Amino acid sequence: MTEPLLRVEELSVEYLTATGPVRVLDGVSFVVGRGEVFGLAGESGSGKTTVALAILRLLKAPAAITGGRVWFDGQELTALGDPAMRGVRGRRISLVTQSALDALNPVMPVGAQLGDAISAHHRVRARDRDARVAELLAGVGIDPGRARSYPHELSGGMRQRVVIAMALAQRPPLILMDEPTTALDVIVQRELLTEIARLQAELGFSILFITHDLALMLELCTHIGVLYAGRLAEVAPAQVIGARARHPYTQGLLGCFPDPRAPSLRLAGIPGAPPDPRHPPAGCRFHPRCDRRLPACSAEPPAPRVIAPGHEASCWLP
Amino acid sequence: MSYLLRRLALYAVAAWASITLAFVLPRLMPGDPQTAMFARFEGKMSPEGIAALRDTFGFSDAPLAAQYLTYLGNVATGDLGVSASHFPARVGDVIGAGLVWTLWLTGVAVVLAYAIGTALGVLVAWQRGGWLDAIAPPLLALVGAFPFFWLAMLLLLLFGFTLGWAPVRHAHAAGVEPGWTLAFAWSVVTHAALPALTIVVATVGSWLLDMRNTMIGVLGEDYVTLAHAKGLAPRRVMLRYAARNALLPNITSFGMALGFVLSGSLLTEMVFSYPGLGYLLIGAVRSLDYPLIQGLFLTITLAVLGANLLVDLVYVWLDPRARVRTEAP
Repeated sequence: MTEPLLRVEELSVEYLTATGPVRVLDGVSFVVGRGEVFGLAGESGSGKTTVALAILRLLKAPAAITGGRVWFDGQELTALGDPAMRGVRGRRISLVTQSALDALNPVMPVGAQLGDAISAHHRVRARDRDARVAELLAGVGIDPGRARSYPHELSGGMRQRVVIAMALAQRPPLILMDEPTTALDVIVQRELLTEIARLQAELGFSILFITHDLALMLELCTHIGVLYAGRLAEVAPAQVIGARARHPYTQGLLGCFPDPRAPSLRLAGIPGAPPDPRHPPAGCRFHPRCDRRLPACSAEPPAPRVIAPGHEASCWLP
Repeated sequence: MSYLLRRLALYAVAAWASITLAFVLPRLMPGDPQTAMFARFEGKMSPEGIAALRDTFGFSDAPLAAQYLTYLGNVATGDLGVSASHFPARVGDVIGAGLVWTLWLTGVAVVLAYAIGTALGVLVAWQRGGWLDAIAPPLLALVGAFPFFWLAMLLLLLFGFTLGWAPVRHAHAAGVEPGWTLAFAWSVVTHAALPALTIVVATVGSWLLDMRNTMIGVLGEDYVTLAHAKGLAPRRVMLRYAARNALLPNITSFGMALGFVLSGSLLTEMVFSYPGLGYLLIGAVRSLDYPLIQGLFLTITLAVLGANLLVDLVYVWLDPRARVRTEAP
């Protein structure tokens, strides 16, 4: 078996506050293979964005990686010095951030920001850089003439395309996409996803796709991990999640809860709210909201259990 | 472009309003303004002073509208009347002499304080929680909390009298002939050192805190995270992405602070007997030189307006969003 592109091992992140550490990621492990699109799903506050920032080592104090390792292409990122880590950012792993509206510097033309991404790691002649800017913009379906526009002169969808073009600037093998379509309306969202899928098929990079929208993920991703309160509840290939999700939380996210007594499926939200990370419940963190909990659920956290090859769930349910 | 025109129109209206106010105020005094005013100074004022006053305010038996027109015409041609205390010098000439010194002193000091404070604010916010951040902001805020004149006297005592490093009064040494000579330039620089230092020390802390706060806000923005994620050098992220944006609210408060700077320099000039506008104003108030007082107020008001206009222009140049706002509403 070949080494996967990205391997996250028992990653833990804590906020080192004055009143003691608050653990927001607790022993998260997953792998992303070459050419795969790995979806990371979860509610707000489950730690999805933290995973992406921790991989790039861009967490801001007081947040810090306090345990685990991140391996990328045979290199341990968590052991790299700052200059070496800077060489990875943008060139080997790039980021597409959450909000298209705030992701671009408002006082710099978008072409200059793209140019920065191109010349961040090596000297490029101005003419070559401008040609590459035009090429990148055209690649995401934007008129290269817009390079001189400022972000506020572009629509939300165009801005997000620029951010994606920026992530592609160095042709990195892995792109972290943190809710890339959340701030956009449904139609633009659809266009953009088609675009991402096309670019991915064309260039063959891997994606860590972060969203709360599991339905969207089922469509786009090859593998899916479900994050709940800083722990991975379930990991499986996308079709398996769609068809045979094990964890009650995953099932809840899917919005359809298989009820043996009802002839049809009914839509259901998940009652309750995610726990306060300062006082997580003992045992399985989902148990206070789970309607199928067992006595064991509140006693001890369930370890990931292999259901089938590539399918793991952290749940006490048989 | 129409944004600039609109700003210009706004400033023209403000200038007109302040000029008119200077005309109206003396006439709002209770009773017959002329008699009331002249009666108050009977015996205390020289006939030349009274003549100067009449001349300045255009007090005559002409109807108010005619007086106003005469006054506007005088202001427009820079004719602010005759100074009572510097008789027979014209107010315009007296102010012109003082304005040069004030512009030189406060201009240099304010720009220095702003540049140093802002640069420190950027650094301190960038290394938030570092040693510089632990020392500089509280120290400079403490120094800035002292009153201007107190600080001025402290520096005067320490560097002027005790150590004797810098001259203690006036804008240049009495023995040096004014002119484009090296000796005169050196004299001017050394004489400005202590008052300028006072202004810099007193205001640098507030610029630092101002910039530090906006900078910390900007550092939380997505575009800064994304700039890091591009693998850019930290210095480039700090300057072109973070500081460049933090400068926008900062430059606005710079414009607003200019007015306060003039009042602050007033006290500094007084302590150092520096022959600028502040020093003139104090002298004018002491000797009840109304034409000069009026002229000074008008000059200061127009200077503040002019400075704000300048800041507005800089802002439009710095923020592309301000350029477009009016083109595509």
